[in-house]
Amino acid sequence: MMGLSVSLKKKVKGFTLDAAWEIGDELAVLFGYSGSGKSLTLQMIAGLIRPDDGMIRLDSKTYFDNSAGIDDPPQLRAFGYVFQDLALFPHMTVFRNIIFGAPEIPKDEKVSRAKEMIEAFKLTGLEDRYPSEISGGQKQRAAFARALIRQPDALLLDEPFSALDHPLRLEMRGFLQEVRKRFAIPVILVTHDFDEASFLADKIIVYSHGKVAQVGSLKEVMNQPSSAEVQMLADTKKV
Amino acid sequence: MDGDLNNSILFSARLSLQVAWVATAFIIVTGVPAAYFLARKDFKGKELIDIIFTLPLVLPPTVTGYYLIVIFGRNGLIGKMIYDRTGFTIMFTWYAAVLASFVVALPLMVKTARAAIESVDRNLINASYTLGHGEIETALRVILPLAKKGIIAGIVLSFARAMGEFGATLMLAGNIPGKTDTMPLAIYSLAISDEWTQAHTMVILLTIMSGLFLYIANIYTKRSI
Repeated sequence: MMGLSVSLKKKVKGFTLDAAWEIGDELAVLFGYSGSGKSLTLQMIAGLIRPDDGMIRLDSKTYFDNSAGIDDPPQLRAFGYVFQDLALFPHMTVFRNIIFGAPEIPKDEKVSRAKEMIEAFKLTGLEDRYPSEISGGQKQRAAFARALIRQPDALLLDEPFSALDHPLRLEMRGFLQEVRKRFAIPVILVTHDFDEASFLADKIIVYSHGKVAQVGSLKEVMNQPSSAEVQMLADTKKV
Repeated sequence: MDGDLNNSILFSARLSLQVAWVATAFIIVTGVPAAYFLARKDFKGKELIDIIFTLPLVLPPTVTGYYLIVIFGRNGLIGKMIYDRTGFTIMFTWYAAVLASFVVALPLMVKTARAAIESVDRNLINASYTLGHGEIETALRVILPLAKKGIIAGIVLSFARAMGEFGATLMLAGNIPGKTDTMPLAIYSLAISDEWTQAHTMVILLTIMSGLFLYIANIYTKRSI
């Protein structure tokens, strides 16, 4: 079975997440209001937070299975992760940030691969700059390059464009589509921007109060919303 | 007589530096890992350990010295074992001055470094894990470099505290001229025996040495962002 399938249960103070879904080699958007459990889902998939119960499987590998006692640490899970604040290391140059994303690759190959990534992500000339010395869009591209250099089996994006202004956000959408073409891997994008979701998503997974309210294509979610809340979420951006 | 005095000032100055450096070296080796565990791990008795580490900061140094005698003295809990087996006791040696400085200055290192490690952005640590790095790698290449300023501050404070250690050293190492009289102890001896000129010289020397050290440390901290 190729793709990512998850079922997750987690109780945190006053909030219960109970969600299950699966996606293939496609771009799935986790969509919903803030606080509906989207980011928590992503962090559990990556292994940063332990679910109380459930299962996480990517392609043929099981990373978490509570009943079988499997719980791989995040460094052993083949996900690329782009954080909302990007989390570029402030004490490393762009080049060293990117190379840091490829710990298990031999040194020579690491350097040549980093050079490839720098060219592909239009970061040429910025190798020796620190994150504080480059623009917002450049930071985004550096964070993607760092997450993708070790060729992960899936990409997790936690609202990476939310801090950008509108024109740059539009540019990054195009950029993300290019990334999709170059690395044909499942992508899970967390967002609460319906515009963004409708532009990018092959599949939309609508979250509501810690549960999956609906899974479907953009058309399905817009035309046959499963509940009044899903309809409201879709309607807010329908002009 | 003058030559003797110069010699004894020089001896005390050299001994003080030696004691402070050695104590600080031990403080770095034990204090940074201790700070790391207190900052990053949750375990039973964690707060108790933190209190034990911090106590020497608030206790009068004579009390800390008293405890050290109880533990490391010739008839102490550990000291007796060592003495029975080897005939060696740490009491009234310059090692005792190192031990006293170590215990009294360690809390400054642990406190400062712990706060610095705790303030490292959680997302940066998580990013390191998701990029395939394990805990040790993450500690060495992300957490400690980002906490570097706080760790350096801890080293500076510990060294300065070790240089100025008096009470616990007096209890444990005594004040033996030419053997355990570090500058603070020598100054005390000179003052109570009314030798003010010599006391002045040493006070000024100690002040300049401490000031110079802080100055060097400041330059270094500013440069290494």
